[in-house]
Amino acid sequence: MNNKPVWEAVRPYVMILPAMGGIILFVIYPVIYLVKLSFYKYNLMNASKSKFIGLDNFKQIFSREDFFSALLNTVLYTVGVVVLTMILSLLIAVWLNRKSRFNAIVQAGIFTPHIISIVSIALVWMWLMEPSHGLLNFLLKAIGLPTSQWLQSSSTAMISVIIVSVWQSIGYYTLIIVAALQSIPPTIYEAAALDNASKFKVFYKITLPLISPQLFFILIIMTIGSFKVFDTVKIMTGGGPNNATTTLVYYIYEFRTNSIGYASATGVVLMAIIALLTFVYFRLLASKVHYQ
Amino acid sequence: MASIEFVHVTKSFDKHVVIKDLNLKIEDGKFTVLVGPSGCGKTTLMRMIAGLDPQTSGSVLIGGKDVSRVAPGQRGVAMVFQNYAIYPTMSVRENIEFGLKNNKVPKEERTRLVESISATVGLQDYLDRKPATLSGGQRQRVALARAMVKKPSVFLMDEPLSNLDAKLRVQMRVELIEMHKKLGTTFVYVTHDQVEAMSMADTIVLMNQGQIQQEAPPETIYHLPSNLFAAQFIGVPPMNVGDLGEDGVKFGFRPENAVLSAEPGDNHFSVRGIIVTREMLGSETIYQVRSARHSFMVKCTEDLFTVDQEVCLGVKPDKMFFFGADGKRIERDDARFDGYMKALRGLSHE
Repeated sequence: MNNKPVWEAVRPYVMILPAMGGIILFVIYPVIYLVKLSFYKYNLMNASKSKFIGLDNFKQIFSREDFFSALLNTVLYTVGVVVLTMILSLLIAVWLNRKSRFNAIVQAGIFTPHIISIVSIALVWMWLMEPSHGLLNFLLKAIGLPTSQWLQSSSTAMISVIIVSVWQSIGYYTLIIVAALQSIPPTIYEAAALDNASKFKVFYKITLPLISPQLFFILIIMTIGSFKVFDTVKIMTGGGPNNATTTLVYYIYEFRTNSIGYASATGVVLMAIIALLTFVYFRLLASKVHYQ
Repeated sequence: MASIEFVHVTKSFDKHVVIKDLNLKIEDGKFTVLVGPSGCGKTTLMRMIAGLDPQTSGSVLIGGKDVSRVAPGQRGVAMVFQNYAIYPTMSVRENIEFGLKNNKVPKEERTRLVESISATVGLQDYLDRKPATLSGGQRQRVALARAMVKKPSVFLMDEPLSNLDAKLRVQMRVELIEMHKKLGTTFVYVTHDQVEAMSMADTIVLMNQGQIQQEAPPETIYHLPSNLFAAQFIGVPPMNVGDLGEDGVKFGFRPENAVLSAEPGDNHFSVRGIIVTREMLGSETIYQVRSARHSFMVKCTEDLFTVDQEVCLGVKPDKMFFFGADGKRIERDDARFDGYMKALRGLSHE
């Protein structure tokens, strides 16, 4: 009799226990451990020789030039990928929104890169971008344009990596925007036509606000994803040439064996930057997003 | 203010012809209701006036001017959509203002117009609200205000009341009649509800399968339907129709023109039957009477009979209609009329 209220109180916690167990084990514990490691000079060979050094790792991070160069590279990469992908997928989505058989084929085609492994994509693009035998330079030469060193020059390596990432992700985001566009009732456009609205005004005042929740979602997801870029860089450039494409995660990866503590501290900084960015996005843009 | 004219208009979607060679003149300043069953082409007709789905061939004239090549926004028409089509991301004020802004109306005048229109439709307290926070009736008013503020020469309404509850619909019906009287513009109203058509129209245009069945004021269409379709579409319950058994001719009478009595009266047409159903509606009662060959609906002001009771149903000769094999109504001065009247007498007491 007396047991029943206890069970009533405990039941919800018991029910979420399996899920919480997984989250604690695989998300919360690793994060806490990461933070803990960031305060140590960690010895991989003999953990007992690890030394607590307080904020020394962080002090080191903010005094090293290579960290700031990696951060700058990451910011450049993120801005490039986010801006290009947003603009291009929005344009393509608006174009694909008109239903026709041709558009259905284009839509399927443009989505295909998303289902291919980034490793294969990176390898194929390395081939295409090869300066002396690659298809891209061959085409540029054929139409009489100057060729490029692509991945092999520190001035063009970053834009080359950005192109590949944009090419891979554009189909997926186009699909999301097309779905958003098609959920807009056609009568709203008819009402706008009767209100004598110009095409630009319809797009700016009606279409964009109506798909703003999806655009906001894409912006946040893509910013976080781009800040954590690793695979493309690892395969295509290995951070080079001359560290021109070393991004934050690749920077962390380079310290994986000899200074785990320093790598962990950089991971914490990366986490803080992403959290801050997301917070700023919500602060600045939430009022401009129209949820239905 | 403007009249609307359709001249030899044909409209097809892909290869499916919806409206074929239609001619119609909608008078200036009148409240015209396009009514018909779903798929009859009434909405298509309205969208051609607005220019949203231009005609395949023929021409549409507004105020005597061919608008076939004029964009929807420049035709001087405003439209109220069935689902209102309010811009969900704009406030009520922005919704009403949008058309004015596009037409480059100066700011002070815009504000003045929005204030006065919103007062007319009772929205002045909601101007800064988003449509999502409004009730169905309030959204309806936003749609009306948005159309009115442009001072259009033609007002188009596509089943604007169908999303409202029954009580609000009756109230809005009265408001629309008053609005029409005040504005004096040409109103074109599409509905499948013949009660709305009867209650609001100056002229009803009754359509079926892309063709105009009858174009007349409500009283004419009710008392002198031009064909069987008009007779059976207008009126609740619709006109009772039965086979005369001669030349494929059918006879018909309105439910309220039949008299029920326990004993046979001296009516011209009189049949015996049994009451199958009874619907007590308050001021009137509707009985379904089944005779040997037919089933008739009868509307009585008094509730005197019960289900399963045997009754006599009688109709006066001047309340009888006859429709030829082609569905057209046979006029009273037609040579055949008296013959059919006699044949009807023979049908009595079966």
